[in-house]
Order: sequence, then C-alpha cells, then structure tokens
Amino acid sequence: MLENNNNSEKKNRRDFLTVATTAVGAVGVGAAVWPIVNQMSPDASVKALASIEVDLSKIKEGQEITVLWRGKPVFVKRRTKEEILNAEKVDLKELKDPQPDNKRVKKSEWLVLVGVCTHLGCVPISGKGEYAGGWFCPCHGSHYDSSGRIRKGPAPANLEVPNYEFVGDNKIKLG
Amino acid sequence: MSDKNLENTSAEYKPVHTNKVGGSPFKGVVGWIDNRLPIFRMFKYEYLDFQVPKNLSYLWSLGGILMICLIFLIVTGLVLGMHYKPSSSEAFESVEKIMRDVNFGWLIRYMHMNFASFFFIAVYIHIFRGLYYGSYKEPRQLMWLIGIVIFFLMMATAFLGYTLPWGQMSYWGATVITNLFSAVPFVGESIVTWLWGDYAVGDATLNRFYVLHWLIAFGILGIVIFHVIALHIVGSNNPSGIEPKDTRDTVSFAPFTTSKDLFAMLIFLFAFVIITMYAPNYLGHPDNYIPADPLVTPAHIVPEWYFLPFYAILRSIPDKLMGVIAMVSSIAILGLLPWLDLSKIRSSVFRPIWKQFVFLFVLDFFILMYVGGMPAEGIYLLIGRVGTAYWFLFFLIIAPLVSLIEKPLPMPNSIHEFEQWKKQGKIKTFKLF
Amino acid sequence: MFLKKLILTFLLLNFFTNDSFSAEKQEKLLTLNWSFNGFFGKFERASLQRGYQVYTEVCASCHSMNLLSYRNLSEVGGPSFSEEEVKAIASKVEVLDGPNDNGEMFKRPGKPSDKFVSPFANEKAARAANGGAYPPDMSVLVKARAGGADYIYSVLMGYDDKPPKNVKLEDGVYYNKYMAGNKIKMAKPLNKDSVNYSDGTVATQEQLAKDVTTFLTWASEPHLEARKRLGFKTVIYLLILTVLVYLVKKKIWSRVEPKV
Repeated sequence: MLENNNNSEKKNRRDFLTVATTAVGAVGVGAAVWPIVNQMSPDASVKALASIEVDLSKIKEGQEITVLWRGKPVFVKRRTKEEILNAEKVDLKELKDPQPDNKRVKKSEWLVLVGVCTHLGCVPISGKGEYAGGWFCPCHGSHYDSSGRIRKGPAPANLEVPNYEFVGDNKIKLG
Repeated sequence: MSDKNLENTSAEYKPVHTNKVGGSPFKGVVGWIDNRLPIFRMFKYEYLDFQVPKNLSYLWSLGGILMICLIFLIVTGLVLGMHYKPSSSEAFESVEKIMRDVNFGWLIRYMHMNFASFFFIAVYIHIFRGLYYGSYKEPRQLMWLIGIVIFFLMMATAFLGYTLPWGQMSYWGATVITNLFSAVPFVGESIVTWLWGDYAVGDATLNRFYVLHWLIAFGILGIVIFHVIALHIVGSNNPSGIEPKDTRDTVSFAPFTTSKDLFAMLIFLFAFVIITMYAPNYLGHPDNYIPADPLVTPAHIVPEWYFLPFYAILRSIPDKLMGVIAMVSSIAILGLLPWLDLSKIRSSVFRPIWKQFVFLFVLDFFILMYVGGMPAEGIYLLIGRVGTAYWFLFFLIIAPLVSLIEKPLPMPNSIHEFEQWKKQGKIKTFKLF
Repeated sequence: MFLKKLILTFLLLNFFTNDSFSAEKQEKLLTLNWSFNGFFGKFERASLQRGYQVYTEVCASCHSMNLLSYRNLSEVGGPSFSEEEVKAIASKVEVLDGPNDNGEMFKRPGKPSDKFVSPFANEKAARAANGGAYPPDMSVLVKARAGGADYIYSVLMGYDDKPPKNVKLEDGVYYNKYMAGNKIKMAKPLNKDSVNYSDGTVATQEQLAKDVTTFLTWASEPHLEARKRLGFKTVIYLLILTVLVYLVKKKIWSRVEPKV
C-alpha cells in the first residue's frame, strides 16, 4: 500500500517534469518565432516617413493635387463654392454611407481624401462620373460626389478621409 | 471480339497492382490518410520504432545538430532575403538597413552569420567522428560519399553567402576564389569571365551569386535527405564499430536518442547564443564592414575561418594550377578512404596505431588552420607544406599501410559485451576532456 | 595523452589568434573600461550626447555618416535626445530635395527622417578637399576596424608632435602611434577644449576622445543594448530548459537496463 503510494507520487512528479519541459520548450519556440513574424511589419525607416506635410498655397480654386502618402495617393482638393454647396445640400437619406459634408472636412474649402476606391483598391479619376466635382472609379464603375461620398456603383463606403491637421493656414500635416 | 480475346488469354499475363492503398498501422483519419500517403507509418517506423545502438556517445548527436543548423539557416536566410537587395549599389546599404531599421533585423542577420560558422564547427566534429570510428566503411561508403558532396556544397554556399554583404572581404574573397578557375588550362580566363558576367566581379556577379546561394542551400537540404535515407538503410555506426545483434544492443530512436540529442542541441545552442549575442562579429572580419571598393585590396585577405586549412594547402603549393588541384583533392580524397583503409575493423578503439595517426590528422587540421590565417612566408610556409604533405600521406600511404600491418586489439562480440568490457576497464574509449 | 593536448592547444591557439593576423609589429592599443563592454554593457547617455556634439562640431566637417538618420538620435538605446530636440537638430541642416514641380532641386530644412547630411557631395569631392585621402564614412567605422572602440580611441590619442627620428613625414601627413604604418593624413582632430560641452564637462582630450568613440560605437551598433539584454534573457532561458531536458533525458534513460 505504502509502496504503491510512493510509486504513484513518483510517477506524477515525473510526468510533471515532462509537461514542464514541454511547456518551457514551447514558450521558447514561440519567442523564437516572434522576430521571424515581426520582421515583416514596416521597419523603422518606413515608420519615420509615416507623416508628411503638404503645402496648399499653390492650389487654385477648383484644382486638385495628388500626393503620395504611405504608398497611397492622397487627393487634396480646393473646392469651388458650387461644389461645396452641392456637397452640403445632399439629403443624407439618399446616401449609401450617410455622412454630412462637414464631418468630412476641417475647412469646407479643402477636401482631403485617400485616393483609393473602397471597393477593390483602384485609384478613382477626378472630374469624371455622374456627380460634378466628384470622382469615378474606372475599375468597376463607382461614382463619388464632390465630398468623396459613394453615390452609385459597387463600392460599399465613402472615400476615406485620412488623419490630418492644419499647421498654419496653408499647410496640412498628414498622419 | 477483342474483349473475348482478352478474357481468354488473361491467365498468360502477370497481375498488376497500381493501387496500393492500405497497410497502415493507424486507424481513423490518420489511418485514412496513411493508407493513401504513407507518411505517418514512415515517421513511425523511421523515427519512433527505429532501433539505434544504445552506446552512442554525444558525438552522434552532431547529425541532429546539423539538421537544426540547416533549418535555422534556411529560415533566417529566407527572412533576410525579404529585405536584402542583390545589387552592387544597394547590397551593403540594404544589409545595414537590416541591421538598423528592420524589426529584429540585427538578430536575424547575426544568427544567420553565426549559424554558418557553427554549421561548420558541427560538420568538422561530425567528419572527425566518422573518421575515428570508421563510419565510412562497409556498408556506409555511399553515405560517406554523399556527406562529402554535402561538404563541398556547404563550402560553395558559404562562399557565395559571404559575398552578399558586399564588403571589402566579400568583394576580394569573391575575386580571389573565382580566379581559382583561371588556373584551368586554355579556357580558364573565359570560364572566369563567364562566371563574373563582367570583366571583374561586379553587379552581374553579385546578382547571380545571390540566386546560386539560394539554389545550393536548397540543394544541400535535398542531398541531406538522401544522407538521412541512406542512414536509415545502413543504420548508425557506434563507438564499438560492432553491428547491433539483439535488443540488448539497441534502444528505440524515440524517446531515447531524441532526448539525448535534444540535450546536446541545447548545449550547442548555448555556445551559439553566447557568441551571437555577446561577440557576434568575433568569427567574422572587420574589413567586411567597409563597402566593397574595386580599387583597393585590403592589406590582408583571409577567408572565413572554416576555409583556412584548405587555404593553407592552396598556398603551400608554389604552382597555381597544382595549388588549386591540391586544395580540391584534399577534400575529394576523403571519398577514397573507404577503399584505401583496408582494415575490416571500424572503431579506432581497437586500432592502436591507426588511432595515433587519426589524432595526428586532427592536429594537422588545426595546424593548417592556424597557418592559413598567417602570412604565407618563412616558417609558416614551411609548416604549411609539412602539414599538406601529411594530409595526403595520411590517406594515400598511411591508411592502406597501417591497415595491412597493424595488429588489432581483442574485440568483444557484441555491443553489450563492449559495454561490459568498458566497465571492467578492459577498453579505453575516447575522451577529449 | 600528448597528441590530445597538442590538438587542444592548437584548437585554442586558433580560437585566440582570430585577428592577430598582421605581420607588422603593432603598438598595443590603449584599452578603456568602456561602459558598453561586458555582459550587461550599456551606453552612457550623457557621453553619447557629448559624443554627438564632438562629431557635429569636429568630425562632421570631413566625415560623413551616411547610414544614420536624425531620428536615430531619439531612438531607444541611443543618445536619447527627446523628439523635440531631434526636430530642432534636424531643422538646423539644409537638405537637398526635389525635384519640385518645376523640375528643380531645392534646399529645405531637415526632418528627423532625413539621413545625416554629408560634408561632401561625393567621394571625389571629399578626396579633392582632403589632399587625395578619403575621410571614411563613420557609420560602421568601429566595426570596420580590428580593435573596435579601443582602436578608434587609440588613434585619437596616438598623435605625437615629435615623431621618432627614423620616420620621414611628407607634407600633410602626420605621425600616429597606432595607425598602420604610423602615418595618417588626418591632422590631430581633438585638442583640449576643441568643443565647448554644453553640460559643463571639462573637455580634455581624453574626455573628447572617449565621448566621440562611445558615440561612434553606438552608431555602428545601435542595437547593442537590446542585443545584450536579449542575450541575457536567452542564456537564462536556455539554462533552465537545458536542466529540464537533462532531467527528462536521465529519467528516460533510467529505463534502459543497467549495462547488463
């Protein structure tokens, strides 16, 4: 009886040893895998370029420039009075992705958009499409209005507004 | 009509079985797969039930260690390849970018660098073990030959890899080594230009070296698989050199050999971590942190440490072509050993004279390594020549001669008897420390 | 056994003669007890910051550091300037950028993401301005020299106005005890008070040399601290795992019949 007890205790302890070793080993393997996975994330030099400044002073009314930010085109448009008006008066019920124009701009004159169609990632063309001052995606025919909102076509959402802020009157900082 | 004919004559044909489904020792999903793709039973037979001699020393763990090294090298290399740029204008900077900006890039590159060195440390121990215990003899000759092919490929891929950082040593190492081919009579110069794709080592050379570095690395993996298949056919040698006879002589591979190998691997990794984390550049050369400059040769060109013995052999021959031939054949000659050493006894434990010459050979290896790192002049040149002479004598004269005249010590009949004798002090086995 | 001892001797000989290759007699380098040496080595922040000052005020007029960016100065394990300080440092340099919309290159104030600006446009310009000698890029200089930090420190301290009589110096060549061949084309760069330390440290030649060497060591191995920290963790981990595996192995092998 006593002997049996001793034996089973011994066995338990041994099993514990194997389990503990396996666990410690698994932790190590996990820790070793992490650098292999993490190395694919953007590196320090890419992260350092994650924010850029854009000078607005040379953009005339009705004009639009495209800048490259984080590897994607960003549209910066100085809208005309009419385009602003058009964008503001739209009835939100008409919209697929309802959003008032004033939620999409910091100063109504300036519209800043990530120029990537929310459907499958093509770059929409400016000034084309059924909505004046809007965009049209040539890949699958999505129409965006003068606020960059989706109005027609397969895209599910409005063109994304990136994080930006005005630094001075004529300069914005993206990211 | 033809159908009838077939029926009538079917007895004359041998039956065929193109469908071999079945035979799995497993049940359930595993069995279902294994019946169709016999990977599970292969694993069971070759790794779980596989019998190995029970008296293997830690020197037999090197095979597993080498496998680990190879896998780590391929994994870290794959990762480095995601960031490295094989062009003469970008290579150096891209390596530095890995070292500075890529997440854990410094760790991955230092690991790749040092695993290469540790791969060679392990392979040299592995080869010397085979030499000492006669692992090249019947029936393991082919395995030994495959091993030599692997060694050649290792040297090639290590050399190619060393050119990739495009530092001064990379560039001039590549120049010197590729120029070895110019020793070939008549077509040498053309061969070298062809290898370079240029009139000197350049952008084209680097680009193709990068591709070949990958190709040969995977080539090694493939041939290692042959090496292992061959091992599972002929079985492991052991310190006694006597083939196992019954279950008193063997243990199953798992968990006995695996646990032992795992322990040895961890000790090996420990040494690796110390070097990689605290002296990562110790085994390299500082000049390789100077970007390649085709106009300036470094004052002292030295190959990586693992090439030094063969570099010493190359330099000890005053003729260009003969030097190259000597260097290549100093390795290739290992392949003749199974037919030069005529003794039927494998283990040096029972060969008192041969044993001394094997030790002398190992010593010669280290002396040549030392000489290879020294300038080729004066006393070093002389020592190098003596060392080279012994290297070849060892194979061509000593091996056959000793095997003919040597009187071996009395041998036990089986491995378990060998172990008994060892306990009784009748046999002295090899202990370095 | 004699042979075995010989093998061991040569093995160790090989191990320790790693870079003592050079046949010429080399002056023994000055060795300092660097804070970044050893298993727990760390850079001294203040020394790194002072070293950066020495670099910008003295070295940077000839030596580039192409692989470093201003942002590195605020990264963990480095001189640890604050991000604002780095922005201020970067904005003081002029960076060539472009082309702009008119197709012209233009100068703009630097940003933290910019690489260190080189003193010369290219290597030829650098040679032309330095009597044919190229002041090497200092990004990985410490790793590119046998002896590392000790070597850099020794060269900085190794100038001698009165060279031994048997040494003939041409114009624009200086005597240095630790340089290969004892000749160097760089004039003695560091003298007492070459730099006015903003933190009030007395700028002796030793102090200047020590600080700038510390800075250069960090520059060539920016992850040194992370490496040593991770190394220590790994060693501890491996010790634990090795002991555990050893016990498991012993347990498993106890099942094999005791050697008959």
